[in-house]
Amino acid sequence: MSSETREVIHDQHTHPSNKFYLYIGALLIGLTVLEVFGYLGEVNDVYPAGTAALIIGVLSAVKFILVVMFYMHLKFDSKVFTGIFVFPALLGTLVIVGLFMLFHVLPALLNQGHDICCP
Amino acid sequence: MDHSHAMAGHAAHPAHIDTSTGLDSRKMAFWGFIGSECLLFGSLIGTYMAYKGKSINGPYPHPGIVDGKEVEGILNIPLTTASTFILLMSSVAMVLALNYTQRGERSRAFTWLLLTAFLGSIFLGCQVYEFTHFVHEGLGLGTNLFSSSFYLLTGFHGAHVTVGVIYLITLAFLVRAGKIPPEKALNVEIAGLYWHFVDVIWIVIFPLVYLIK
Repeated sequence: MSSETREVIHDQHTHPSNKFYLYIGALLIGLTVLEVFGYLGEVNDVYPAGTAALIIGVLSAVKFILVVMFYMHLKFDSKVFTGIFVFPALLGTLVIVGLFMLFHVLPALLNQGHDICCP
Repeated sequence: MDHSHAMAGHAAHPAHIDTSTGLDSRKMAFWGFIGSECLLFGSLIGTYMAYKGKSINGPYPHPGIVDGKEVEGILNIPLTTASTFILLMSSVAMVLALNYTQRGERSRAFTWLLLTAFLGSIFLGCQVYEFTHFVHEGLGLGTNLFSSSFYLLTGFHGAHVTVGVIYLITLAFLVRAGKIPPEKALNVEIAGLYWHFVDVIWIVIFPLVYLIK
């Protein structure tokens, strides 16, 4: 086996078949339908807003992971790419959570009379 | 193992990548770009979340009770759900286009790339319709905190989809002209990364803006 052949084999990615991609697509559609049901449950007072937010949040996180792993090929590619993507993605999530806490959770705690500054 | 057997798989990547990491620099750079985009959209989504529910005048995004009065929500959930399905389907079309490019099936790759761009255009059409409807309902860019943060966030996403559509159409015609053979499939793979990222961002925006009250 020539060195060129070895390089080809080494570099060759075994991407899934079209059928597998269609299966992931169907799964994404199914999860979106469940998200909408989550929203309808919240609007029709089937369960509280917090529960709906949790259900919808988990479902969208699963969709996010499916697309990134299989459609963006991070599962099959070098872990370096995963690192380059995951680190800023986590930073972005931290910004979202931080701003939400600052503008919603903290004022709610202060309104309830919690003394959060001085124990 | 002979050379032809080694090439039997449908993924035809470049035979040798002469970089210090052994990884293609263009792909590395593009993942870096996607990382920077994560921070951009993180700040836009964070801004929307910070101002969520803090508008002191309507129109409001969701139905509810404000100052003892029942108010209608302006967001059109059925339309946006449909456009979300369309964007998800465009991602499926994109990944199939890449598969066909890697296999050297030019006409199929061209068709799926064009279909991806077409589905992206429908998504954009839905967004234009939504924005126009909102403006007619009195929700301008500076009407309230909701409108400013909403238009900024979804407008930036729409701009990314527009760039993606132009990118994909250009690529489709290059594939048809035979300028992207299987060994240059990385060009399509990078376009795919961009398109899937736009999809991933919508996967985050859709529940946070439209579904969670």
